[in-house]
Amino acid sequence: MNVSRRIFLKASGGVGAALLLAGWPRGVLADEAWNAKAFAGKSLDDVVKALGGAAAQPSADIALTAPDIAENGAVVPVEIESKLPNTRSISILVEKNPNALSADFSIPAGTDPYISTRVKMAETSNLYALVQTDGGFFYAKKEVKVTLGGCGG
Amino acid sequence: MADPMRIRATLEGGKVIVKVLMAHEMETGYRKDANGNLIPAHYIQEVNATCNGKTVLSAQWGPSVSKNPFLAFRFSGANKGDKVVISWKDNKGESRTDEAVIA
Repeated sequence: MNVSRRIFLKASGGVGAALLLAGWPRGVLADEAWNAKAFAGKSLDDVVKALGGAAAQPSADIALTAPDIAENGAVVPVEIESKLPNTRSISILVEKNPNALSADFSIPAGTDPYISTRVKMAETSNLYALVQTDGGFFYAKKEVKVTLGGCGG
Repeated sequence: MADPMRIRATLEGGKVIVKVLMAHEMETGYRKDANGNLIPAHYIQEVNATCNGKTVLSAQWGPSVSKNPFLAFRFSGANKGDKVVISWKDNKGESRTDEAVIA
């Protein structure tokens, strides 16, 4: 086995290396700010780990507002407000999308832990609001029924 | 060059409420065109908002943010007449910066 290749795989994380081999656009890798590993995650656990956490706990202090039924999965309004102290980031995840993570917002001091945006949902799925605080990762979830998927061809 | 963003920033109760509408395809890379060929992914990856030189919000996005993205957030510590500057950058390296005066 090629030792340096092993080290490279370990250092860059399997996902990043796989993307590199698959010819991921160069601009993405050159730009270290964009967390390719987190966006390749398939589940809440994958994403939490890629963001540097161990596991996320459910919390009643995160308000996740989304429709019960979305007629059009291409435009699902999502509103998240965290009441947890020292909220540092808010992420939106869709469990059954090809990649779970949709958006990750960093909340600097002085900005309310509140975000409103719109995401695509491929099918009926759980929506997660993932919040990172000084005390770790917390989430709230809500099922949204989709009558028309947002990612199909 | 992409179309300009529509940004509205208003001061209400000591907080600045910012609403942004961006013009972007947000192509996922999973859709096919009429001939059955995959349409390459093209989506905004990074969004930054600053006011008076201070970052008030930064975000990383994947392709599952809706087409022509909408974003709303709130922050404190600014006054009427200050400028909110918002910029985005997509996975093809294209970018756009627009600003709005807080009303």
